[in-house]
Amino acid sequence: MHLQCSGVAPVAGEDINMDKPIISVRALVKTYKMGDVEVHALRGVNAEIGKDDFVAILGKSGSGKSTFMNIIGCLDVPTRGQYHLDGVDVSSLTKDQLANLRNRKIGFVFQSFNLLSRTSALENVELPLMYNKKITSRDMRERSLNALEAVGLADRAHHFPNQLSGGEQQRVAIARSLVNDPVVILADEPTGNLDTRTSLEVMAIFQKLNRKGITIVIVTHEADIAAFTKRNITFRDGKIIKSVEVNKPRNAVHELANMPVMVEEEEV
Amino acid sequence: MKMKNLLKAALRSLAKNKMRTFLTMLGIIIGVASVIAMLAIGQGSKQSIQAQISTLGTNVLMIFPQASSAGGVRMEAGSSQKMTIEDVTAITERCPSVAYVTPQVRSSGQLVNGNLNWRTSVYGVYPNYFEIRNLNLVSGSLFTMSDDRSATKVCVIGQTVVTNLFGTDADPVGSFIRINKIPFKIVGVTEKKGQNAYGQDQDDMVIAPFSTVQKRIMAITHIQSMLASARSEPLITNASQEIKDVLKAKHNLGPSEDPDFTIRTQTDIAAAATATSGILTILLATIASISLLVGGIGIMNIMLVSVTERTREIGIRMSVGARGRDVLLQFLIEALLISLLGGFIGVSLGVLVSQLIANILNWPVTITIQSILMSFIFSSAIGIFFGWYPARKAAGLNPIDALRYE
Repeated sequence: MHLQCSGVAPVAGEDINMDKPIISVRALVKTYKMGDVEVHALRGVNAEIGKDDFVAILGKSGSGKSTFMNIIGCLDVPTRGQYHLDGVDVSSLTKDQLANLRNRKIGFVFQSFNLLSRTSALENVELPLMYNKKITSRDMRERSLNALEAVGLADRAHHFPNQLSGGEQQRVAIARSLVNDPVVILADEPTGNLDTRTSLEVMAIFQKLNRKGITIVIVTHEADIAAFTKRNITFRDGKIIKSVEVNKPRNAVHELANMPVMVEEEEV
Repeated sequence: MKMKNLLKAALRSLAKNKMRTFLTMLGIIIGVASVIAMLAIGQGSKQSIQAQISTLGTNVLMIFPQASSAGGVRMEAGSSQKMTIEDVTAITERCPSVAYVTPQVRSSGQLVNGNLNWRTSVYGVYPNYFEIRNLNLVSGSLFTMSDDRSATKVCVIGQTVVTNLFGTDADPVGSFIRINKIPFKIVGVTEKKGQNAYGQDQDDMVIAPFSTVQKRIMAITHIQSMLASARSEPLITNASQEIKDVLKAKHNLGPSEDPDFTIRTQTDIAAAATATSGILTILLATIASISLLVGGIGIMNIMLVSVTERTREIGIRMSVGARGRDVLLQFLIEALLISLLGGFIGVSLGVLVSQLIANILNWPVTITIQSILMSFIFSSAIGIFFGWYPARKAAGLNPIDALRYE
């Protein structure tokens, strides 16, 4: 059974070869028109990201890594090239089908958290489920509470974003990204606005989720953050120049355990 | 997105900016309230005019002779003397749609009671005149047809005449007055009718048997006009046609010849007066509708600002799977909520204002269900119409641009 339609999630991996990548792009080209000037953001990118992978995308600004993220996140469509997400050919989908795909298969985490203000943490997490008509209110509440618990914020469910610290806000955003059971979580500079300690906390959560089998792709320009992932892909001038396995990924939980002493020293 | 969640989201975002929501709503509130109040005033005046006209009797037909002419010089309308008592008999016998018909003569008379005197109109009619005109007596009794045959000197007088000749609250039944020096016995007093639509006092008159006035006071042989009533209001047209046919035959006029009389009905008069107040109502409602339109533009303005302001929110919603349609509905429902809630408050305010106008200014005011329904439908249509463009703008946003918007 080959899935053309986006709306229906494939029956959990049964029909799909386990070796088959979650994300597969071929000769991806993206060209923007800025007035008369053409900007070549992506110039033929080939990549595969498999199940259980944890990938960091590195590169200077303007290297095309954000464009790449937008395309694999179904927020943007490529000018040329092919993109298969979880076996679905994305290139030929309509706007509404893309929206459905984002709703069912993708979770987003942004640098600036992007939570709805004056809306409680719980309701922020519920947001993706609201756009899925099949889910009942009770289900919605239960799944959202579970997601909040997974990021360790069950006790903050009814707080508003302005009552939460940056790290907590980002954890709410992560809870939101995983509440719809996505095949991949895409995080654009998730630690960019956070200090070292909260960055570690966030990476610890990502590592925990990855161990549970969720594919994660993060964009970062910090090499030490990339060191927590399994694979680093480097972009330059719209092309992938390097793709290396991380020999021995750092463990965020262990490093956090060693942190408190340092934090206290800093505070003194 | 489910309707319940959509409503919740819309209510929440309206609640976030209470002051702004209220001010936007105010445009609709004032618009709707003024439409309701203006229509109420218009309808009220229309109905009071209709009520005044119906005091004359709604199914009444008046039959006047045409103007006479002598040597090419035409006299005033009704001056022809060709109408006689035989015409009345003919109409009574040959017009099935006519319930009552009476001849009518009118003279001026100087009334004297002791040292008091008063000048007024004296009408000579058959007793069925009271049926035709819906006149009732408050005291005494009516003269009869036999009074008419013998030209008895009896009369029924109106309240104004009583006041002027006998003083307020007097009961003059049984007393004698002189009309142009002829003694008349008062047999009855009519009920107070007040002014008619043209400001004429309907209680300032004396009614006596037709023959008495025609022969004893006026000394003429023709009749000045006739008053008839149709069996029911819808039969007025039939009655009018029958009278026309009978009178033309009686006056030896061929079907193609112009009649030498005119038939006028109350419906003509009522229609003219109603049309006038109808124009007034339309004028008032138009002015009020303009303010409703301005209120609608206010909604559009605020929704546009809101879309710009919430671009990032739209981006977030789209990134988690909101389709264009979901965003469109969300904004449309917000606009609709503003206009419906505004419409509801506006209707209440409009009713209140109308009641205040009725109580303080003593203007006749009528609130109709139609005007309330119309305002409601109109205001929600305005919400959809003016909310559509901003909502479309929001729905058409590109998710990436929306997310990057600062």
